[in-house]
Amino acid sequence: MTKIPMSKIINKTISRAMHDSNKVICFGLGVTDPKGVFGTTLSLEKKFGSKRVFDVPASENALTGFAIGASLNSSIPILTHQRLDFALLSLDQIINGAAKWLYMFGGELNVPITIRMIIGRGWGQGPTHSQNLQSVFSHIPGLKVVSASTPDNVANLLYSSIFDPNPVIFLEHRWLHNSMGVFPKKLKTNEIGKCKVLKKGKDITLISLSYMTLECIEAAKILKRFKIEADIIDLRTISPLDERTIINSLKKTKRALVADTSNNFCGISSTVASIINQNVDKLKNKVEIVSLPFCPEPTSYQLVKHFYNDRYTIVNKVLKMFKIDKKIKRDKSFKPDVPGNWFKGPF
Amino acid sequence: MVYTLNKKAALEIHKKIFLIRETEEKIAGEYSNQKMRCPVHLSIGQECVPATLSHFLNNKDFAVSTHRGHAHYIAKNGNLKKMIAEIYGKVTGCSKGKGGSMHLIDKSVGFYGTSAIVGNSIPVGVGLSYTLLKLKNKNLSIVFLGEGATEEGVFYESLNLAAVKKLPTLFICENNSYSVYSPLNVRQPKNRNIKEMVKSIGVSSLESDGNDIKKVFNACKKGIDYVRNNRKPFFLLFNNYRWREHCGPNYDNNIGYRTENEFRSWKKRDPLLNSYNLLKRLKINKSVIAKIEKKQTFKINNAFKFAEKSNFPSKKELLRDIYK
Repeated sequence: MTKIPMSKIINKTISRAMHDSNKVICFGLGVTDPKGVFGTTLSLEKKFGSKRVFDVPASENALTGFAIGASLNSSIPILTHQRLDFALLSLDQIINGAAKWLYMFGGELNVPITIRMIIGRGWGQGPTHSQNLQSVFSHIPGLKVVSASTPDNVANLLYSSIFDPNPVIFLEHRWLHNSMGVFPKKLKTNEIGKCKVLKKGKDITLISLSYMTLECIEAAKILKRFKIEADIIDLRTISPLDERTIINSLKKTKRALVADTSNNFCGISSTVASIINQNVDKLKNKVEIVSLPFCPEPTSYQLVKHFYNDRYTIVNKVLKMFKIDKKIKRDKSFKPDVPGNWFKGPF
Repeated sequence: MVYTLNKKAALEIHKKIFLIRETEEKIAGEYSNQKMRCPVHLSIGQECVPATLSHFLNNKDFAVSTHRGHAHYIAKNGNLKKMIAEIYGKVTGCSKGKGGSMHLIDKSVGFYGTSAIVGNSIPVGVGLSYTLLKLKNKNLSIVFLGEGATEEGVFYESLNLAAVKKLPTLFICENNSYSVYSPLNVRQPKNRNIKEMVKSIGVSSLESDGNDIKKVFNACKKGIDYVRNNRKPFFLLFNNYRWREHCGPNYDNNIGYRTENEFRSWKKRDPLLNSYNLLKRLKINKSVIAKIEKKQTFKINNAFKFAEKSNFPSKKELLRDIYK
């Protein structure tokens, strides 16, 4: 099977959805431009025409309302924002509109829209191009919040989001766009609300989302050298959260570390820790959290290295939990502001 | 289609003006009984625009509206029983009692919702109009808004979007001069002309008196014809006045933000009075009018009875309809 980058998998998934249903429409600033939103929307206009795939004014709030209106009369809109931070201009339509239309009109009309939000990191993305605000959206009843981590899952999660009858906030981490995976032959529509156990282990459960899942996978490889076998749970859907899978794993391992992509104040990691505390007895350690400091992402790459966590932060915390007196140092070639040496900017 | 303000049309419009007025008066009258336990934004004094516009609409035309949406819902032929039951918080309400006065809906007549956030429903109406592009018929989407909403960013975004994408949206803006208690002159510069501003954004527009049936009729006709035939947006600005307080059943000319004189000058231009005068000029028999009105009063009383005797939503409704 040929491996392709996640950005291409996203592109193929949207294309498949548009092929499978002519109700699906795709729009957002730049979706038809030469870069096609990091390649994720390239050639869609050519395939499906400018009535279904179109560039738009820089009006995030109105476009979200537009998506709601179109969805009320049988369209299935996919709205794309090149950064999550831009979508904050549309919070009224998302929170007062999309999230509540079904409830406040007594179930009369549902809003089947997917809002893709891309999250930046490093290379000077800075305070307003890098926010991981899954907690903000997950706090709102009526919204579903999906966050793909691995290229093997992204197609099914996105396809499920597009055809979900509810508004879905689909979070894409920019650093994952280049991770390689396979585009599945058949796509599923029922993947929302299910965590995935990526690897099984008996000693500790590593729970994470988005980019931090990749760090957990690498951390688990290092931990193996210390004979620590980790269960890795990729949340995939933040809301509604699959609590059962988390609890079941903890009943086995009795130890948990939650790796967040944001700070933990009112955050998803605190929520997961609380769920574990309320449902699992006789934990061997308190639930550990790896999360960001309570400040915006700074721009200077010299400051960024103090801001983000990585596999080493995770490993060192776990070693401490197991009372192993050892500290793993960061690889010297590690650069915290780029996803890999292949990345040369600019965004 | 050729529209003329003949006897039949005038009677239809009168029926709606009367129905809206009497419904709102009944809500105001019953409000102190504390059974309608939600904010109500009455349309008394502003009946002419929705009643007249409704003459040009059919059930396949969409409409969205605002917190002051009773008149628009009724004009679009929304189910009256379900509206009153909704205000009573009953499970038989149009939104099962979960929305109240500010969240009215009747899908069967194309009335797709009202929002309690100023400007919030504007882009939703524009989005609905996009779905009409695919169809061969000439249906359109109505966006009801007040002049206060023209101060919201989403208003400009939505107008621009409708213009650049050439969407069949008809914006109906009622300027009643007040946003809650704040008069227009503290909110918009003195020489601002909303109609001209809209035009410069790229949407054709027209301004009209909002209480004179003939003038409203002609303006609606122009707007409707334009959108149906050109498949492009149009903006109608109507000047009118709400008689009662921003929210609630009372008059509030005594609290100091507007004068009794101003109110009286608008009351002289009462849409209902104007309607009677028009029917008189058209030489319509008083008994014909009385018969129509009697039917409306009966309908209103029935709606209140229905609401009174309906059940409240059960506890299980609390967590229903969060997700489909």
